[in-house]
Amino acid sequence: MIGAALSPAPLASIEGAIEFILSPQNSNVTGGKKVGGFDQVVELAVNQIELTLLALALSLLVALPIGLYLGHRGTGELFATVIGNAGRAVPELALIAFMATAIGVGVLNLTIALAVLGVPPILANTFVGIHQVDRASVDAARGIGMTEFEVLRKVEIPLAIPTIFAGIRGATIAIVATATIAPLAGVLTLGDFIINQNVYGDNGVLAGAIVVALLALALEFSLAGLQRLLTSRGLKLSSA
Amino acid sequence: MTSAGPLAAVGEVGKGFIQERSSDTLPCQADSGKLFCFDWAREHIDRYGTPTVEHLELVLFSVAIGFAVAFALALLAHRRRWLQPPLLAATGVLFTIPSIAFFFLLLPITGRGRDTAIIALAVYTLQIIYRNTMTGLANVPAPIKEAARGMGMTERQILWRVELRLATPEIVAGLQIATVSTVAIATLAVFAGGGGLGQPLYASINFSTNIILAGGIAFLMAIAFGLVLFGVQRLLTPWRRAA
Repeated sequence: MIGAALSPAPLASIEGAIEFILSPQNSNVTGGKKVGGFDQVVELAVNQIELTLLALALSLLVALPIGLYLGHRGTGELFATVIGNAGRAVPELALIAFMATAIGVGVLNLTIALAVLGVPPILANTFVGIHQVDRASVDAARGIGMTEFEVLRKVEIPLAIPTIFAGIRGATIAIVATATIAPLAGVLTLGDFIINQNVYGDNGVLAGAIVVALLALALEFSLAGLQRLLTSRGLKLSSA
Repeated sequence: MTSAGPLAAVGEVGKGFIQERSSDTLPCQADSGKLFCFDWAREHIDRYGTPTVEHLELVLFSVAIGFAVAFALALLAHRRRWLQPPLLAATGVLFTIPSIAFFFLLLPITGRGRDTAIIALAVYTLQIIYRNTMTGLANVPAPIKEAARGMGMTERQILWRVELRLATPEIVAGLQIATVSTVAIATLAVFAGGGGLGQPLYASINFSTNIILAGGIAFLMAIAFGLVLFGVQRLLTPWRRAA
């Protein structure tokens, strides 16, 4: 192992990465303390999921009411479009670093910075989803005596669920992807393996990339399943 | 670590990761209380030139490659319909894999560097462009295709002179989304050794003037691409303005 300690391994290998995920490995810089291994992978993955859910919750809290309101009123299309496009243009690394100088590092910083990523797709899709609901359905709902709130809750939202949920999925994927750089601002996620190459080695970096990819895919597939559960049965029949 | 900025705290948490990387110790840089230091910006704006050009290259190459592949796949799937579900799933999986992870999944194959970053970014754009192209093609009304056929057009002529023209708004919209997102995500290419605006940003990540400059250039570049493509879309669809 002395040779390995003096000269870093030239390139990562899949076998090395899998080994890193399954059991702790020696590191060049931790003074004999082993790094990686299944426990640490799980711990960091849980951190990443928690951070993702926090940021997603904040984006939902901000974007859903605004999107529902604007969509129901049918106004603010320009606002929703501009927010949607500007949100995509924000470089997250700069935002996180900037907020670190303003409010310091930690969960609050990251939750807000990642929510900035989540708001645009949820807002845009909620607006479009609600706005696209057939006006005849809405008029019919009003005609049978529904209040505005009931129209929104019983007619517009169920019909808009697929579109709204697509926005939430997009937001979740973007947030979990970017939560990978959270260790830069003091919250250890799976990105720690990727960013701290000097600690974990190239195999650790590759292992981190593999686990991050798997985590994002797992989230995407569970959300796809959830969407199917939430879509009202009538809608599924009509699209089949 | 004499001029410890707010991010320096990460050094302990993240096991000695954040280090003071820049050698110059200008008075304004040490003053972490100042949000934006105009004097420093005026004097050092030129150091963002090369990273900006690199960033542009990253974006242009990756979007061009992504567009070429996605467009070809869309045309293929348009002709052979059985390819549509697997292609949608495959591009979806590639899209879901975070770019920063993709940089390093390529590590054993292409190592570190700009090529790796371009491949990962191109892969990210695939689904956006592919899906929008397919949507655009699917939205072409069947009677219009019938009419084209009735005029004696071949399938190839219908594709290039009717369907793709009518699908242009969606195709360009996909290109726009892909390009704007890629500009933002390309700031992460620095982790893969790919250069770009992430380079100066990351080099003194505790210095807010630097963050605002590097991040601001990236943001404005994305907005500029968005506006240019919006203009392109209008130019390519004159019939929409007449309506």
